Formats: sequence, C-alpha cells, structure tokens
Amino acid sequence: MKLQESALQVRGLTKRFDRLAVDALDLTVRSGEFYALVGPNGAGKTTTLRMVAGLSRPDAGSVAIFGIDALSHPVAAKQMMAWVSDEPMIYDKLTPLEYLEFVAGLWGVDPAVSQASAHDLLASLGLEPHLHERCEGFSKGMRQKVALAGALVHDPRLIILDEPLTGLDAVSARHVKGLLADRVRAGCTVIMTTHILEVAERMADRIGVIARGRLVAEGTLAELRQQNGHNDTSLEDLFIALVDVEAAAA
Amino acid sequence: MSSTALPWFARHEIRLASREWLAMMTGGRRKRNRAVIGLIVFAAVMHLPAYAVVGRFADLTAPLDKSSLIVITATIFLAWALMLSQAIESVTRVFYARADLDLIMSSPVRLENVFSIRIAAIALSVIAMALLLSTPFVDVLVIGGGIRWLAAYGVVVAIGLSAAAVAIAVTIVLFRLIGPSRTRLVAQILAAIIGAGFVIALQVAAILSYGTLSRFAVLTSDAAAAFAPDPESIVWWPARAALGDGEALLLLLAFGLILLGAVMAMFSPRFADTAVSVSANAAPSRQGFRTTAFRGGSRQQALRRKEFVLLRRDPWLVSQTLMQLLYLVPPALMLWRSFSDSSAAIVLITPVIVMAAGQLAGGLAWLTISGEDAADLVATAPLPASRVIRAKIEVVLMAIGTIFAPMVLALVFASPLQAAVTVAGVLIAAASATAIQLWFRVQAKRSQFRRRQTSSRFATFAEAFCSIGWAATAALALAVPIVALLTGLMTAAILVATWKISPQRE
Repeated sequence: MKLQESALQVRGLTKRFDRLAVDALDLTVRSGEFYALVGPNGAGKTTTLRMVAGLSRPDAGSVAIFGIDALSHPVAAKQMMAWVSDEPMIYDKLTPLEYLEFVAGLWGVDPAVSQASAHDLLASLGLEPHLHERCEGFSKGMRQKVALAGALVHDPRLIILDEPLTGLDAVSARHVKGLLADRVRAGCTVIMTTHILEVAERMADRIGVIARGRLVAEGTLAELRQQNGHNDTSLEDLFIALVDVEAAAA
Repeated sequence: MSSTALPWFARHEIRLASREWLAMMTGGRRKRNRAVIGLIVFAAVMHLPAYAVVGRFADLTAPLDKSSLIVITATIFLAWALMLSQAIESVTRVFYARADLDLIMSSPVRLENVFSIRIAAIALSVIAMALLLSTPFVDVLVIGGGIRWLAAYGVVVAIGLSAAAVAIAVTIVLFRLIGPSRTRLVAQILAAIIGAGFVIALQVAAILSYGTLSRFAVLTSDAAAAFAPDPESIVWWPARAALGDGEALLLLLAFGLILLGAVMAMFSPRFADTAVSVSANAAPSRQGFRTTAFRGGSRQQALRRKEFVLLRRDPWLVSQTLMQLLYLVPPALMLWRSFSDSSAAIVLITPVIVMAAGQLAGGLAWLTISGEDAADLVATAPLPASRVIRAKIEVVLMAIGTIFAPMVLALVFASPLQAAVTVAGVLIAAASATAIQLWFRVQAKRSQFRRRQTSSRFATFAEAFCSIGWAATAALALAVPIVALLTGLMTAAILVATWKISPQRE
C-alpha cells in the first residue's frame, strides 16, 4: 500500500501500557530533513520511535516509511532505516570491524562496499586504533560510536536516534553531530530525540515538542517562536512554556 | 572503621547474601513462603536418595578398616572439591559483579577490615550451602547410627572453611599471575574441572583397572588399601571426625579456622588492590580476528557466523563444554575397551551422550535465543523474526553435532545399531531442550547466563526431566525396546505439558 511520499508519516499512532503513552499521534517528517523530537521524561518520544522502528506494535494508527506501510511490510521498511538507542546495542566479544561486518550482512550489503564504508566510518569516529579490539573494554562513548557506525554502514535513507549523545564527551559529540550533518547534506533523513535543547536548536531543520503522548508544537525555531509570541526566546524557554501549558491543561 | 561499623557491615553482607539467595530460589519474585515450603519439601524428599546412598554406612564404628576409611575420606574429599569449586565461583563473582566496590573503597573505612568481612561472608555462604545439601545425608546417618554422626556437621563446617580459604588464595594468585582479564575465564574453567575432576578420575581409574564405571571398585580395591597410610595417620582425621572422634573434629575445625584466618590476614590488604586492578582492567584490550575481507552470504549466514564467533568466545560455554567433554571421558574409555573385550557395559555410553547433549543444548539455546545482547539491532534488521529464530536454532544443532559427532562416529565401528539410537537420542534431546528454551524465552544479556534458571523454574525442571527421559529411553531402546516405548511416551508427555503452559504458546 503506497502512502504519501515522505520520509516518515505517522497517523493516529496510539500505544497504551498501564497508562496512555502515545495518544493518536500524527507526525510527518520530510525526506532529507533533520527532525528533532523533544519533550519531558515520559512524554512518549521513545515509545513513538520504537513503534516507527518496528520494535513495538502500536495499538492503533499507521506508520509509513518512504511511502511503505511499515506495519504490513516491515521487512521492506526496515531495509531503509537504522535505529540507534541511548543504550548501545553491540556485542562485547566482537571487534568494531566484526560488528560492522555483521550489521552489513544483516542488511544484505555487498561486502566489498561495506568493508570500505566500515573503515571510513570507524576512522571518521576516531576508532581506527581500536579496529581489532573487542568492544568489551570500550567506554560508553566508544560503544555509542560503534553503534552509530553500525547504523550508518548500510547507508540507510532514514536514521532514527534516541538520545544518541548521552554519555559522549564534547569531542565525541562533535564527531557524531558532524557525521549526522554530513548525512543530511547527502540527502539522508534524521529523526532524533534529545534532552539537549541546544543541539536541537542548532542542528534541526524542524523541532517537534511532544508531551503526554501528543505533538503539542512543531516547526522551525522561528515558527515555534512565532506560534508562542516570543520572538527572541531560546528553545529552552519555549519548551518550558509549552510543557507547562500542557501540564496545566491536563 | 569503628568497632560498631564492623558488625554493621557484617549484617549488611549477610542481608545481601540472603537476598541474593532468595532471589535465586524465587526467580526474583516475592514468594518467600513458597520458597521456604519448597525447600523443606525438597529437603524431605532428598532423605530417600540419601538413605539409598549412605544408609548402609550408618552402623560403621571405630576402629575402621582401611577400605572404609578410604571410602569415607574420598567422599569428604569430593565434598571439599565441590565446595572449592563453588567458592572459586563466589570469589570471582565478588570481584567482577559486585557493584558496591566503588562505594566501599571511596568510604572512610579501613579496607582490610571490610574485605576480611567479605572473605568471611564468602566462607559462610559456602558453608551454609554445604550444610543445606548435606543435611539429608547426615540425618540418615544420625537416625540409623546415633547422635555421634552429628559430628559430620562439624566436618562440613571445617572443610567449608578450608575450601573458602584455598579458593580465595587461588583466585588472588591467579589475578597476580595472569591478570584480571584472564582470571575470570581460567577460574570458571578451574571451578568446573575441580567440581567434576575427582569423580571422573576415579571412574577412569575404575575403567582402566576393572572395566567398570563404579568409583567404589577403585576405592575398595586391595591395591588402594596397600597404598593407603596406616589407620593412625592424620590423613584419616576427617573420616574419624565424621564418625564422632571429638579430638579429630576439634583439630580439623582449628585447622580450618587458622587457614581462613591466615588467608584473611595475608590477602585482605591485597583484596583491595585486586579489586582496583579489576576495575582498572575492566577494559581489557583483547584482540579479535584480524579480518582481511568482509564475507558475503545470506542474512541468516551473517547471523549464524555471529553466533558461532560469540559462542567460541564465551567463557561459560568454554568451561561447560570442557566439563561435558570431561564427563564423556569415562564412556569414551569404555568404548575404547569394548573394542577388545566386547563388554556389555558399552550400552552405558548412549544415555551419557544423550543426557550431555540435552543439557548442553539447553545452555546453548539460552545463549543464542534469549541471550541476545543487541536485541533491538536484530529486531530492526530487514528479515522476518522466524528466520532469525531458525538461524539461531541451526547454530545450536550444528554446535551439538560438532561436539558429539566424533563420539558417535567411534560408536559406529563398535555397534552401528547403538550409534543410530544414540544419534536419534542426541537429536531428540537437543531439539527438546531447544524447544523449551524457545517457549520460555525472556530477552536477557548473555552475562546473565548464571541466573537463566530463575526466569522459569518450570522450564529448568522440564529441560532436566526431558534430558533424563530421553537418555533413559535411548538406553532402554537398546536393552528392552518395549519399555523404551513407555519412557519415550512419558517424556513426550512432559514436553507437551511444558508447551501447553509455556508463555510463548500463543
């Protein structure tokens, strides 16, 4: 079933655990866009993105990845995207190169292409001296970089990142931000949740503010300011104002 | 550390140990009453096999002949070896898995005192477990032979103290000799070998000398009696102490206490250094294979390759496989002997192989199916979940095939029919254990392997009963085929019942 052509189109997405986590959420992310999803703890950001990545099934609603219905054709949708969580998903007993070889194999990438790509990615993330060391000895930041390299090695069209900068030092964070910006310039779409509002403010083309499982505001920083009548406010002040309004309304 | 802080820390250690033990018994759920009732029932039931094993020794009185002394001493030594194995495992766990080391070491206390208490806590937990397991046996001896057998509890305490002391010394020496990154693996392998080694060595000696699997054949032989020291020798103190000799018991307890005290005095200051070196070396830079070129193939092949690499590099699996292979040494020797004398005892090889295959397959299946460290990565990969599971099951069966194929091939030359029955038994036992792990799978980290049983006690028992059932069926298929049909149906019924109540049924 072909839906509207956009990187991500979510309609009426709903998920309930012991409480309503995501409440009939509508969200559209354009192709080639850097989209930041911000919101307070427990707002439903991670739950939303896990449903988009196929890690959790929604109670209701639809998810389309580049026009492909991700709920009825999950394999085709997954072929085009990568998921990076705040807890790096790597194997302690594999080396970074072995890990990337495995990920490339899972996505069916030509080994000649993926090998060159793996070396480039690991070098650009400063992991070249550790190519043949097992990941069991790596710091959180190094593990996060290996996970990110794994997400990029199959050249996804859509990258979904859940708090990717958690635990990274300033240098590593800059490496990661640079790599993501390069990907967006090359036409890739990035959706990222973050608590670091400065990152969202600087890097994102558009920002979505989510609270209580609903999208309460969306747009460029200028649009968000305009919507709230504060032309010279920082994103932090805007965010607090939006979340406070939502909490008061509940 | 102030004088009031020491008892406080001891209470803290005991509380942690008791909660850890309770969590293991109840699978992390709050079912304390059920755990206690279950334990009492288990202890009561254990008196029956205990009676079968030691009931005939209850009437033994001093002075004993050499054969009796050898059997009792060997039994005590076996218990000591098992305690040592458990203690090595506990000490290693304290170094690598206790998350409170940073807190303790950054607090304003004397580390020697704190670690002395921690060493004592290890000794206490080893002794408590040994007392629990030995209670049915000692009870049977007391009921049958009088209260003098209560001294056996004292022997358990004494050998527990010395086992804990030796375990701590061995582990810390290992740290010094080979470093923290290798100690964990070596200690696990050492624990496995020590636990099984003594029994297997006796079996090997029995087979080579007498053509039987019975360990008692060696212990009660004239040759053993001829080589054994005089009945007055200190070698027999543990046996004499167990029989109620108060002097021997006191000396044994004093020896255990002095040994543990010496280890505490010698190693408590180094305990802190060792703990620091573990945390500093929590990042060992072990090399993987130097990949020359990425390999192609299907997505399932990529999954299988990854699983095989992880299994090869898994310390638990290395130690467990080694132990299974050790257990297979006696039947292998039987097989070798049977080529020359056509011994009927060769039939015993089949259930041993089938049982080992079932047990190993259960562990392998948990590691590959439940112990997926990058579950989200695999779940977001573009291939259906059914193909992921299939690839993982294939890995289990291929690994089992690789481990047991040489033995079965050797069996073909001795008895083709037995080889065929063994192959069928291995396949069915491995498939059953894998299926049970699949039905009861709970996503976990590979490092949680030690606690895999706590996720479902039912699955653990079902896996064990199925392995035993298929092993018995395979043996009976060779000896009394009609009865094998019955045991086969019973084991299949266990499997069906397990599936019926499994959470993955839907």
